[in-house]
Amino acid sequence: MSNSLKQAYDLTFDCVQCGYCLPACPTYETMESETHSPRGRINLVKMVAEGKAAVQDLEEPMEKCLGCMACTSVCPTNVQYGEILENAKEVLDESKPSGRLESFLFEDFFPSKTWMNRLGDATWLFQQTGADRITNRLPWNLPLHLEAFADIMPSMPSPVKRKRRAERYIRRRPAVKKVGFFTGCIMDSVFFESNESTIELLLRSGAEVVLPKSQTCCGALHAHSGKKNKAIELAKENIAAFEEEAFDYIVENAGGCGAQMIEYPSLFEKGSRWHARAVEFSNRVKDISEVLVEIDGLVFSKPIEQTITYQPSCHMTYVQKVVEPPLALLEKVPGIRLQELERPGFCCGSAGVYNLVQHEDSMDILDVKMQDVCQTGADQVVTSNPGCLLQMKLGIKREGMDSEAVHLVDLLMQADPAPRSLR
Amino acid sequence: MNDWLKPLQDGLIEGRVLTKNADLYSYSFDASFGEYLPEAVVQVKNKQEVVHVIRLANQYKVPVYPRGAGTCLSGGPLPVHGGIVLDLSKLPAKIDVSPGDLTVTVSPSVRTQDINIEAEKRGLMYAPDPSSAHVATIGGNLAENSGGPRGLKYGVTKDHVLGLEIVTPEGELIRTGGQTIKNVTGYDLTKLIVGSEGTLAVIVEATLKLMPKPPAVKTMMVSFHKVRTAGEAISRTLTSGVLPSKMEFMDQACVRAVEQFQPIGLPVDAAAIILIELDGPEEALRIEQEKVEAIMEEMGAKEVIIPESDEEAAKLWHARKQVSPAIAKIKPTKVSEDATVPRSKIPDFMDRLQTIKEKYDLEVVAFGHAGDGNLHPNILCDQRDPEEMKRAEKAVEEMFEAAIELGGTLSGEHGIGTMKAPFMEMELGDAGVDMMRRIKRAWDPHNILNPGKIFAEKGQKLVLRNE
Ligand SMILES: Cc1cc2nc3c(=O)[nH]c(=O)nc-3n(C[C@H](O)[C@H](O)[C@H](O)COP(=O)(O)OP(=O)(O)OC[C@H]3O[C@@H](n4cnc5c(N)ncnc54)[C@H](O)[C@@H]3O)c2cc1C
Ligand code: SF4
Ligand code: SF4
Repeated sequence: MSNSLKQAYDLTFDCVQCGYCLPACPTYETMESETHSPRGRINLVKMVAEGKAAVQDLEEPMEKCLGCMACTSVCPTNVQYGEILENAKEVLDESKPSGRLESFLFEDFFPSKTWMNRLGDATWLFQQTGADRITNRLPWNLPLHLEAFADIMPSMPSPVKRKRRAERYIRRRPAVKKVGFFTGCIMDSVFFESNESTIELLLRSGAEVVLPKSQTCCGALHAHSGKKNKAIELAKENIAAFEEEAFDYIVENAGGCGAQMIEYPSLFEKGSRWHARAVEFSNRVKDISEVLVEIDGLVFSKPIEQTITYQPSCHMTYVQKVVEPPLALLEKVPGIRLQELERPGFCCGSAGVYNLVQHEDSMDILDVKMQDVCQTGADQVVTSNPGCLLQMKLGIKREGMDSEAVHLVDLLMQADPAPRSLR
Repeated sequence: MNDWLKPLQDGLIEGRVLTKNADLYSYSFDASFGEYLPEAVVQVKNKQEVVHVIRLANQYKVPVYPRGAGTCLSGGPLPVHGGIVLDLSKLPAKIDVSPGDLTVTVSPSVRTQDINIEAEKRGLMYAPDPSSAHVATIGGNLAENSGGPRGLKYGVTKDHVLGLEIVTPEGELIRTGGQTIKNVTGYDLTKLIVGSEGTLAVIVEATLKLMPKPPAVKTMMVSFHKVRTAGEAISRTLTSGVLPSKMEFMDQACVRAVEQFQPIGLPVDAAAIILIELDGPEEALRIEQEKVEAIMEEMGAKEVIIPESDEEAAKLWHARKQVSPAIAKIKPTKVSEDATVPRSKIPDFMDRLQTIKEKYDLEVVAFGHAGDGNLHPNILCDQRDPEEMKRAEKAVEEMFEAAIELGGTLSGEHGIGTMKAPFMEMELGDAGVDMMRRIKRAWDPHNILNPGKIFAEKGQKLVLRNE
């Protein structure tokens, strides 16, 4: 038995097969079979480890798992499903060498600043030339269902503007906190403006903001697809990057990245030097909403007379366990009618690259989510993760709704935030 | 390929047949022990498709195992002889409340808790409350005659069923009972089917009784120096004119396990605690609470705690819910029994458990619905240790002997399934089991519906080990 299989196998014994996780699992609901439930997946891992089922039997159920971790929040015996899943993905990865596209995505594309910049530039060019409107008429299909996303991309600032951003925002008066900002790859390319808003909110709250140059991709996508070695490599780079200065917080604005960075210690052996450094690092990782609530340095003066709903990122809810702060911030904005979702904890189906590689299944899950969203009658749907944001934009388009999806930080910027001390 | 697969497939329009390895493994287990591979899993979407599957199975003599959410603790839905797992949990959910009649008609796929939620919207309640009600289907509850803490005052599933629509093993769609409280027309087939563990018919619809939702509830926690006193206090309360809606028992090992798992300040030095819930009008509750308090004092209880607020009370009930996962931390494998004794015999049963625990050198803890004598003795062991599992098998057998000697029964609510089948004769005697077998043969001449359950096969023994 390989090491990863053995690790996963040992953890399956915590599962008492009670089925309490079934009602929480989005894929069980949409795919309607135990095979695509947490309990079913855990059992399959066990069966494979015991040599009863074949590794290939594991492939589809594991690849169709969103990794949303909703199951872990209801499990009475605290089964470490996240670890089982990652180990199972490793087993699958070992058994079948990844294809060219996949290895390009994980080895070259995501960790690379250059590629992320190219993505940003391409989006900008695409939008400038109106190419996004002609994709519908293209005679061929774009790979990975990219056509579905073409015209929901946010409008991009020009490459020049993106290059001109500073790396350090110092304050003339003493800063209340010193923040290291983790920019993220997708956030910093496709959602560049949201990163600008994040920096702005921190500055107006009275913080000093630094963007360490040597930071890289958080490695979430790698860890979730069984590429543990690459994930470790990226984690080390980030830990080192944020050790260069004494930050009070390491702030991110993407639930998926935050969840991964909180879990860095689990990548290293307990007692090792790297483990200790990872703990130091992860202790300071905070979502932007947590930090804004903690500093409490903003007042919002411009009312937003709208109905707003909040679609939390699963990783923020179930892994980072940050639930209240975004709601608390929304409540501070005058005029907002906050209409909560019936099932905020139900994944939107974005789940890393799930909506690209498992497109149809992702759309089934999105349809369930959008029913809930439609019920709220929201003018704006607020999210806290880039993947969820794109997915919500897609959902709104598919439903033909007259609403907008925005990142929390951009909504807060609409309300004209000002430093508390000046008012 | 099986010759029945194609005609099976052909008769389904909305439903589907799953035959991939991954699917077969995913329907090979329930919440108890053992796994058995079916040859196909059929997910039906309407009653006619159930009829189709059963008729075909009867024609080809293929075993069919009805399945709800697979939370059974006795092996009920396990496909022990291959064949077809009939997944009924994907039938469209239907909950039709008739507030005027105080009844509700449901499809078997709905989760029991959802029935109660719909009822509560109209000031009513569906009383049976198994702890798995938010996951398990009502079909499974009916088949197992499930019960919960409120069983003490309101009875179990069978006490709330007015009528059923079923498919017989020969593929006939028939109704039993009706919509009325009173009904003496012929044999009571409804009660025969309820608790028959999917061996006599497939339930495709049920009409259930609702009752007015009690206006208020009150929680009390009482701790004791001795288990015996706790047992006596229960009997004393129940003969005092007060009928609590719940009386839940936890022994010291359970209390300690919960405090280790999620500390909420339970008294770890008590030999046992009882959680009591009274329900009814506010004024009546005040009087009943005083009465219970007086009884407990008189019996020499260690302490009586009355939570100040609803949140405090909810915390105590949450602690009760945490027993199951908390004790699983003692050791990973939980052999969970539900032998039930007359309530006055609880202290004697607890003594017997202690002896068994020492004799087989096992971790044994007990908790449960003590108000109705339905205890859950649990053995904590490790499936990866065959020698220990063997001792556990012996201990289980001795627990059953003890319960029966004290005038009790093998199972209060989890059912016989595969797990307790070998012990049926011990309780019912040869003739008793034979009468049941005859009923089974009359209903199911080809023995296609859930074979291998309730009735032991020759030489069948309880096996908890993984071969
Ligand atoms: C953590 C936990 C707590 C539990 N707590 C309780 C409790 O407090 N009280 C209690 O009584 N039980 C309890 N149980 C046991 C279990 O939940 C019940 O037996 C429940 O009724 C099973 O329902 P299910 O839908 O999961 O049925 P399954 O497990 O799928 O099936 C159970 C049996 O019913 C048959 N069946 C299912 N549907 C039908 C149908 N439509 N027609 C005919 N036969 C059918 C099956 O063949 C099988 O024999 C608990 C289980 C767990 C895991
Ligand atoms: S809730 Fe936890 S223990 Fe129960 S089946 Fe799911 S993973 Fe297993
Ligand atoms: S992570 Fe999400 S999709 Fe995967 S099993 Fe758990 S609840 Fe289901």
